[in-house]
Formats: sequence, C-alpha cells, structure tokens
Amino acid sequence: MSPDQPLLQLEGISKHFGPVHALDRVDFAVSAGEVVGLVGDNGAGKSTLVKVIAGINSADSGTIRYEGEEVSIHKPQDATNLGIATVYQDLALCDNLDVVANLFLGSEERLGGPGVLTRQLDEVDMENRAGDLLSNLAVTIPSLRSEVGTLSGGQRQQVAVARSLLGEPKVVMLDEPTAALGVPQTKQVLGLIKRLRERGLGVVVISHNLVDVFEVCDRIFVLRLGRASGDFAATEVTEEHVVAAITGLGNNAGARAEVAEEKAEAADGGAEGEKA
Amino acid sequence: MSTTPVPTAPQSGDDTEEKPKLDVRQQIRRIVQGDLSSVRVILGLVVIALIFQVQESRFLSAQNLTNLMLQITTIGLISVGIVYVLLLGEIDLSVGAVSGLGGAVMVVLNVKHGWNPYLAIAAAVATGAAIGCAQGFLFSRFVVPSFVVTLAGLLTWQGALLQVLGQTGSLNVTDPKITGLANIFYSNTTGWIIAVVCIVAYGLVLGIGYRRRVAAGLGDSNPLPQIFRFVVIAAIVIGAVAIFNASRGVPLAVLILLGFVIGMEYVVQTTTFGRHVFAVGGSDEAARRAGIRVNGVRVAVFTISGSMAAVGGVMAASRLFAVNQNSGGNELLLLAIAGPVIAGTSLFGGRGSVWTALLGALVIGSISNGMDLLGLASPIKYMVTGGVLLLAVLVDAVAKQQRQTRGRA
Repeated sequence: MSPDQPLLQLEGISKHFGPVHALDRVDFAVSAGEVVGLVGDNGAGKSTLVKVIAGINSADSGTIRYEGEEVSIHKPQDATNLGIATVYQDLALCDNLDVVANLFLGSEERLGGPGVLTRQLDEVDMENRAGDLLSNLAVTIPSLRSEVGTLSGGQRQQVAVARSLLGEPKVVMLDEPTAALGVPQTKQVLGLIKRLRERGLGVVVISHNLVDVFEVCDRIFVLRLGRASGDFAATEVTEEHVVAAITGLGNNAGARAEVAEEKAEAADGGAEGEKA
Repeated sequence: MSTTPVPTAPQSGDDTEEKPKLDVRQQIRRIVQGDLSSVRVILGLVVIALIFQVQESRFLSAQNLTNLMLQITTIGLISVGIVYVLLLGEIDLSVGAVSGLGGAVMVVLNVKHGWNPYLAIAAAVATGAAIGCAQGFLFSRFVVPSFVVTLAGLLTWQGALLQVLGQTGSLNVTDPKITGLANIFYSNTTGWIIAVVCIVAYGLVLGIGYRRRVAAGLGDSNPLPQIFRFVVIAAIVIGAVAIFNASRGVPLAVLILLGFVIGMEYVVQTTTFGRHVFAVGGSDEAARRAGIRVNGVRVAVFTISGSMAAVGGVMAASRLFAVNQNSGGNELLLLAIAGPVIAGTSLFGGRGSVWTALLGALVIGSISNGMDLLGLASPIKYMVTGGVLLLAVLVDAVAKQQRQTRGRA
C-alpha cells in the first residue's frame, strides 16, 4: 500500500431501493489520518452510503477497496473484521450499565482459572483497559463506574466512540456526532474526533452542522440526490460553496471550479462533480 | 463497588493522574450508595418488626423468627427466578402454576410411581425448566408479549396440575428425603460450623477481590469499606445462627434458599451471562448490536424462572407434606412478583439484584406472619400488603427521579 493511497476507497457505488436511486455511481475515499465530512440534504444518500460501508446494505454495483485490496462487505461483521467501526446516531448504549460495562458489551474480558466455567467477568482487567483507553483519548467522564444514563449527551457520544475503538479499527464512521449537543459538549466531541485523526484513523463524519464540519474536517464530500456533487478541501472552500453543492441552487460554477482545482488530489470526486 | 476517577484533561492531550482526596463523608456515601435501596428496605423491615413487636411480644421470639424463615422459602425461591425476568423488563405470570405443577410432578412420581426421591425432584425441576424454556421461546421467537404467553401458561399449567393429581385432588408425601428438605434442623454445633464457614468464605472472597484491585492500581487502597461490609455480614450470620439455635436449629430450607440466592446473585453480577441479562433489560437494541444473542438470553432467563418456580414448588410440597389442587395458587404468584419489586428491583428492567428476592420475601413474610400473630383477618392482610407494595414502588420512583436529576446536574 503506497503512502498516499486511500485507506478505504469506493468506486462507482450504486444502490437502488425499487425505483429510487439512493446512490448513483458514487466515488468516495478516506485516507489514514484524515477526517472527511459527509454532508447533504435529507435523502441525499448519506446514510445509505454509510450503511453500504458498514455492511448493513450491500451495494448493487461498484467496488470497495480497503488498503488497496478489493473487498466485499455483505454483513456488518465483514466491516468490523476489516477494521471499519460505525457509531450510529442513537449510540446503542445501555443506560443502566456503567461506562466499563458499555465499553466491553458483547466482547467482555473473562477471568481465567475456575471462573472459566461460569464465564466470569474480569472486571479488573476491563476497568484497567477502559481507563487507559479513555485517558488516551482524554475523554472526560466523572467515573468509569458511572451509569451511562447519568452522563451528558457529549459524554455518551464520547463513550460510544471510545467503544468503537476497542476493536482497533482503522476507519471510524460517526453518524451526526454533534446533533442535539450543547456548545461545550460539541467542543468535547470535536476534540475527540481530532484525537482520532492524530491516532492515524480515517474518520467519516456525517453532519448537518456545517460549522462543526468546517471545524474538524479535512475534506468535505457532498451528496445530492444520490450523486456526488462536490468534494472539497475544507481549507479551500467557503460555506456558500458547500451549501450550493448541497442544495443544487445558486451558482454551482464556483463549486465546479473548486473541484477542477482539486482534481489532482481528489480525481474521483471531481468527475462526479462535473456530471452533477 | 468502589469507583475509579478517570483523569480529566479537558482540552489538552496530557493526562496527569490525580488521586482524588477521600474524606469521611465520601467514604460513607460510597458504602451506602451501592445498596441504597437495600438499606431502605432493611430500615422498612426494622420498622415493621418494631410495630409488630410492640403489639405482640412473640413476634421477635426465636421460635417465630424461625417459623417466618420457613414460611418465606417457597416465595423466596420463586422470586429468585422472577428477579431474572424482571431484570429483562418482562414478567412471568406462570410461576405460581408452575410451582404447583412441579410439586405435583415430584409427589406423583415419588408416591404413585415409586421413583427415587432425588430423581422425582430432578424431574420436577426439569419440568419447570422445560416449561420456562418453551414460554421463553414463544415469547422471543414470535414477539408475543411475555405477559400474554405466561398468562396462557398460568391457565395451561393449572389445568396440568389438576390432570397430574387425578381424581384424588390431593396427595400426601411421606418420603423422608423429600419432607426433610423443609423439616431438617441442624444441631447447635453444626450451626456454628456453618456460620464460621460462611464468614471465612465471605472474608476470602472480599479479601481476594480487594487485593486484585489494589494490585492492579484500581480504586483507593483504603480497606475500610470492605472491612465494614465484612463486619456487617459476619454480624448478621452470627445473629441469625444464634436465633436459629435458640429455637430448633439452623433449618436446611433456609440454607437451600440462601444457596440459590447467593449462587444466582453470583451469576447475575459477575458472569458474562449476567451482564448480558442486564444489557438486554437496559436496551435490547444496544445488546443486539453489541453482538449479544438477545433471544438466547431471553429463553435462558425464562428457563431459570420456570426452574426456580419448580424448586419453590418442591419446597412447598415438602413443608406442607402434600400437594393439592390449590398448590401454587392463591396469592403466591403476585407476592412472588411483589417481593423483589418492594425490595428495589425495577419492573422496567435493567436494575435490581437477587438479594431483593430474599429481602422482599422477608418484608411480605413479616407482614403476613405478624398479622397472623395478631389474629387479623385475610381482608386486612391483603390490603396492608397491597399498601406496602404501593408505598415501596412510590419511594423507589421518587428516589430514581432524584438520582437522575442529580446525575445529570
């Protein structure tokens, strides 16, 4: 795998639900140490794209490359085995369990010795690992043993993200990680996303909030009506351009011009952008 | 258990480990917090005991307390299974009928067919397990509310009880192996040996767990909460054995009940299966996404519930020397469900412990026993028990609200 090759690369992905073209020949890529914002209006195909990558829906056509190798992802386990983790908007946490229990849910550490018979939990080991993980990520929670139900929305989001990292994934997809969060909590979560980038993970962030997207993303990928309608470097584009690509209204020439400039870096997105 | 503070490093990447200072108040809160609802129930028990003791001096006599413990074994054993079902946020209405059927299966096999008593008991428990397994399968596979499946079960197994008993409608059990379950009392010496073994075992479990945590650098190295726990439990064990010895001795039935409570508490609190039960009760969707076989957990829990109901039925048959058409009927089902709820296991799933089966049975048993001593009639007994259940649930709901507002603040 060459250094500038994307970690995860999708080419010509299409997905139809009956007559609806949820995704139409979409090219998408994320590299290690890169945060890609996936934006678009409701029904633009963001969720479908994430579900294709996560293995919940299979694509009708197109290829997926992971670390340069062509792979097929048909079920969630396939994605997990490859090293692709997804944090959905509803987080899927158990409010009645504490942070440690939630982090290890479904993949609990077990004691050796006579405890094997009853599949006894190794609480000490889990708590140690949880403490290491959370302090590495500088996640701020009152205690490892607090019930997740008593945590704030931002803390819950951070716990959910931390849990996705236990399987040592290389790509993490976050579905609306800052939706319904207050300003300080949003800041915490965005800080966490930046630390994921520092750890060399490829991060995909679905968001409606362009302020957050510009704050944290290196690249912004816009979907509109199932097609790629823009792929911008976050530092070289204005919010107006992105909004224009999302809505398809206004002067789209600007967006196209940006795409043309970026062609060398984001050739796949550019091709789609010109079609749109 | 104790808590470990996570180093807080708000924005910067560096995380300096800072040990929080523990003052005495925090220490006390830590001791109480883990079992707050238990402490509340124990206070309630003390109040109940005082009220009855003032009215009738026999209530706290060794004789009556031993009787009380024997009276609650059946309901306590059934409640152990109910706790698991409640932890899932489900309900099992068939446990009363299953306990009656279990007792009947045992007695019929033993008396009419001359089976070995232990085989007959095993067959009774297997019957309960099979019934629970079937109900759990129907509930999880076809997504029928557990309320309905087990209500159908209640009727079905009541019919099965009548069928098994046949024409006579009542069968006496005389096999000493079976009647011994509820009627064996150990000598004073054996009682004290049991007490010492229990206390030493508990001390070892606490000590080993504490050393592991300290060795791993988790929690604070202050052993005070552990010592406090140990002293309280040791005092309770010594007190209980002293009381039993002052009457007829430590009853086997109580040891059986305690064995199941401790064993099932161990399973639910410290094993992977127990963790999954809590997870499914908290959020079945989250559990499913975490790769837990949610339906497998459900079937297992209903199997446990059916088995424990049968165990309770065996115990009831042993204590009453008979099964009849009324076995497992009347208020047994409702009291077995009310007990854990009174003692703090949530009806909505995900919160509770097996200890609540014992504590709840004690509360209900005390009220019933005390009112019997006072010669109060059944109508009053039912209404008082109902009032206590309502009060307990209200107190629990208020406490939960407070905890949540404080937790989020």
